Amino acid sequence: MNLTLKIWRQKNASDKGSMVDYKVNDISPDMSFLEMLDVLNEQLINKDEEPVAFDHDCREGICGMCSLYINGEAHGPDRGVTTCQLHMRMFKDGDTITIEPFRATAFPVIKDLIVDRTSFDRIQHAGGFISVNTSGNTIDANTIPINKHDADTAFDSATCIGCGACVASCKNSSAMLFVGAKVSQFALLPQGQIEATDRVLNMVKQMDEEGFGNCTNTGACEVECPKGISLENIARMNREYLKASLKG
Amino acid sequence: MSGILNSSIGRKFAMALSALFLMIFLLQHFVINILSVFSPDAFNEVSHFMGTFWAIQYLLQPILIFGVIFHFVMGFVLEIKNNKARQISYAKNNGGANSSWMSRNMIWSGLAILAFIVLHFIDFWIPEINTKYIIGDMTGMHNGEYRYFHELVEKFHSPLRVGAYIIAFVFLALHLLHGFNSAFQSVGANNKYTKGLKTFSKVYAIGIPLGFIFIALFHHLTGH
Repeated sequence: MNLTLKIWRQKNASDKGSMVDYKVNDISPDMSFLEMLDVLNEQLINKDEEPVAFDHDCREGICGMCSLYINGEAHGPDRGVTTCQLHMRMFKDGDTITIEPFRATAFPVIKDLIVDRTSFDRIQHAGGFISVNTSGNTIDANTIPINKHDADTAFDSATCIGCGACVASCKNSSAMLFVGAKVSQFALLPQGQIEATDRVLNMVKQMDEEGFGNCTNTGACEVECPKGISLENIARMNREYLKASLKG
Repeated sequence: MSGILNSSIGRKFAMALSALFLMIFLLQHFVINILSVFSPDAFNEVSHFMGTFWAIQYLLQPILIFGVIFHFVMGFVLEIKNNKARQISYAKNNGGANSSWMSRNMIWSGLAILAFIVLHFIDFWIPEINTKYIIGDMTGMHNGEYRYFHELVEKFHSPLRVGAYIIAFVFLALHLLHGFNSAFQSVGANNKYTKGLKTFSKVYAIGIPLGFIFIALFHHLTGH
C-alpha cells in the first residue's frame, strides 16, 4: 500500500505546530498502525530528519498508552481496538490519512502526537482506590461473597485502560466515561462502600479542576472506547454523586 | 449539598430537571391546543381557566418562565465551558461516526427554539398580559363571546407565521430527539427501562412537534 500521511508536528509544548505531509510506500496491510509509523520514522531517520514522536508501550491493546486521532476518530476507524491493534487493512491503497494528537485542554501536547494525560492520574489519586491495610493480616477479598452480576459489572468497569479516547472523542472533551468507570468499579463492590462518598466527590472535583468539559450524552465516548465501557457508568457516577452530595 | 451547581454533574442534573419540567409543560400545552381542533368551546373554557386561575397565573407561570430562562442560561454556560475544554480543534473530525447530529448540535436547535419563543411571546403572551394586566380586562370576552379561539385562528392566517412555526417545531423535534433521553441519563436513570424509554422518547419527540404543526396548518387552512 502507498499512503499519504498528514501528521501533526509540534517541536514542544510551547511550539505552535502544524500539519505536515509525508509519503510512505510498500506498507503491508497486515502491519499495525504503529508499525506503519515505525516505517515512516525509519525513513525520516535515514534522511536525517526528526522522527515523529508518538506514544506506545505494550502494543497488545492493554496498556492504554497509544493514542492518536486518526481520520477524525480516536484510535482510528475500527471498533473496540487501540491504535496498536488497528491494522492497515482498514485503509485502502492510495488513501490520505490524517493523524493528530488527542485534543483537550486537559491533555496538552508535549511533542508531535504525544499528549500529557497525567490529569487522569491526578483524578485517580483523588479517590480512585480503596484503602487496604497491609499490616500482615490482610483479609482475602474473595472471603466476601459478591453476586455474579455485580462482580461482572464491576469487572467490566475495571477494564477501562485510561487511554483517554473518551475525552478525545467527546465534543466537550469530557472525562466522565473514564471517571464513571473508575467510580463504578468500586461502587458495585462491598470493599468500595466505606470511601464511596469521598471518592466520587473528590474525583469529580478533581475532574472539574483539570478543565475537562461537561457530558452532553452524545455517546461518542462509548462508541470509541476500545474496552466497550458503557454510558451506564456515567449514569451510575451521577447517582453516586447526587447521593454523596445529599449526604455531604 | 452546598455548591452542587458549581460541579459539572450538578449543572447537568439541574439542566436535566429543567428539561423534564419543560417537557411536561409542553405536553400540557399540546393537550390544550389540540382541543382547538376538536372543540373551540372546550378550548375557550380551558384557555380562560388557564389565563385567570390565580395559582396558574401567579405561581406556575413564574416557575415556567424561570424554568425556560434557567434552561437557556445554563445551556449557554455549559456550551462556553465545553468550548474552553478544547481550545484547538481537530483538523479532521468524523463526529458522524460515533454520535447523532442532534446530540452534537443541541446549542443550535436550542437557539432556534429560543428565537421561536421570542416570536411566540410577541404573538400571544405579551398581548395576553397587556389585555389582562395593563388594560385590566379579565373577562376573556370580545363582542359577547370568548376571544381565545378567534385570536388563535387569526394568528395562523399568515403563511409566513405558519412557516416560521413549522420550522421551529422541526428544530424542537431535533432538540427533543436527543434531549428526552439525555435528561434521564443525566439524572442517573440508565437501567432496564432505558430501551423502552428510548422508544417512547422518539414517539414524544416526533409526535408532539408534529401535532403542533398539524394544529397550525389546520387553523391556517380552515380558519376564516
